[in-house]
Amino acid sequence: MKDTLILGIESSCDETAAAVLKNGREVLSNVIYSQIDLHTVYGGVVPEIASRKHIEKVIPVVDKALQEANVTLSDLDAIAVTYGPGLVGPLLVGVSAAKSISMASHVPLVGVHHIEGHISANYIENKELEPPFACLVVSGGHSHLVVVKDYGEYEVIGKTRDDAAGEAFDKVARAIGLGYPGGPKIDKVSKEGNPEAIVFPRAKVGESVYDFSFSGLKSAVLNYLNTCEMKGESYNQADVAASFQKAVVDVLVDHSMHAIQEYGFKKFAIAGGVASNSTLRTAMEKACSKRGVEFYHPSPIYCTDNAAMIACAGYYEFQKGVRSGLDLNAIPNLKLGER
Amino acid sequence: MKLLAMDSSGNVASVALLEEDKIIGEYSTNHKKTHSQTLLPMLDTMLEELGITLEEVDAFTIAAGPGSFTGLRIGAATVKGLAYALQKPIISIPTVEGLAFNLAGTDAYVVPLMDARRAQVYTGVYCFEATNHTYRMKELVPQCAIPVAELMEKVNALGHPVIFLGDGVPVYEDQIRELCKVDYSFAPQHMNRQRAAAVAALAYQKIKPHLLEDGTLESVPGLIEDAYTFAPEYLRLSQAEREKKEREKEKA
Repeated sequence: MKDTLILGIESSCDETAAAVLKNGREVLSNVIYSQIDLHTVYGGVVPEIASRKHIEKVIPVVDKALQEANVTLSDLDAIAVTYGPGLVGPLLVGVSAAKSISMASHVPLVGVHHIEGHISANYIENKELEPPFACLVVSGGHSHLVVVKDYGEYEVIGKTRDDAAGEAFDKVARAIGLGYPGGPKIDKVSKEGNPEAIVFPRAKVGESVYDFSFSGLKSAVLNYLNTCEMKGESYNQADVAASFQKAVVDVLVDHSMHAIQEYGFKKFAIAGGVASNSTLRTAMEKACSKRGVEFYHPSPIYCTDNAAMIACAGYYEFQKGVRSGLDLNAIPNLKLGER
Repeated sequence: MKLLAMDSSGNVASVALLEEDKIIGEYSTNHKKTHSQTLLPMLDTMLEELGITLEEVDAFTIAAGPGSFTGLRIGAATVKGLAYALQKPIISIPTVEGLAFNLAGTDAYVVPLMDARRAQVYTGVYCFEATNHTYRMKELVPQCAIPVAELMEKVNALGHPVIFLGDGVPVYEDQIRELCKVDYSFAPQHMNRQRAAAVAALAYQKIKPHLLEDGTLESVPGLIEDAYTFAPEYLRLSQAEREKKEREKEKA
């Protein structure tokens, strides 16, 4: 059988990425240009700056991905591109470039949902993993508990009502002087701290047992810091970080295990930038193994925004016959499972 | 030589195909601003009607900016993708010059006005001179982002009749009527907005001296670029960068 080659393009936030995958799960190249240094001075991603950088980088990144994979445009079976959700300016760069490359090279185009990409990142290193399974997607912009019914078929059973998990990490990191990006910095400094030092609230959200809320937790941390300041006491940065992180991880694990039990899944995966967090991984692994559930997680390089995961998701959509037209638009609030 | 032109810098979406001394196709809309959904389908329709494939195109040209940041980026990403896949050059044309070239042949000075928001216009002042029976455009005020009042001072100082055109005209008409002291008029509808045909015609004039014997173009920074090097001309920093600079200035 002939190999299927997919070029993936991802530009939904502050990474310009392109990758080539063979038969959906074999990575031939995975090029990521991270703009993080550009945005650090602003304490977060500035959409206009990100968009301008994507314009500069999109062609060199695509070209590098093709060269490293040793393929040309005419070898490709499809081009998969993230068309939402994300920042509209950055998304438009990837979508516009993917469409014109597709048109000029006569290669079919497949629009891919960014979260579908994150979930699919698990397929890359776990060749045996197939739906159905449950997946927790946690990143700077998303906190979703998803039932993966089949390739391309998803049901979101829980999501955040306010801040995404990664957003809470960023805000708390800023408040305790760790700076941006918060996730990896809190993860690192927490190793020196006591996670039981301060008890922060584990928020329950109304009637939905699977939904998340992190803004209350964030406020509790800020209140704690304020109180310390008013009393003229110093706080222990590592203890605050570790205790905050523990509160986030507890809620994520708790909701995930509840879903596993309720739906009877034997396979559980995590995905997204926060899935790199070592405390979250360890806690999930432990909780899963206690219940005899197989636990999957991508390597950090496939947790961060990347195009290999987009090419992987695009492969399965392509196999199902999904094709996008020259009128494909960027949709910043695209819902998972919708087209 | 076949030159494919695009302009998505404002509300107009426009594509055109130039072949030597003819515009053989042009498709423009100025209705709803969804360039990411319309630009490529328009291009596709035009080429199909013409029976010409993208592979036959020798070079791409685009109104590189200024303009709506989003519009410029859709155009830039689109033209880069085409130029990359086909390994052809990108000719970068300043948006305001492309707009002015609509009025080639007039004795008046041409003053395009694009609404740049924040009480400014993207503008410039141009005139035309015929040499060897061909009109060439001369730049009197290079494209810039300034308040209309400042532009009117420049126009009045030049002391020559002017024609205004562009989407800034309806926005600033009252101010023009109040402040303009030289004879002025407004361009008619068919030539008062961005048109890819004008971009193509101007680009063709600009690249002629750079045509090599084998029919290809030599690279000229800022004019004849490629998919890797072409960049839009925003004329403005992002708001975040601007505010950061202001803060730093205040501190200093």
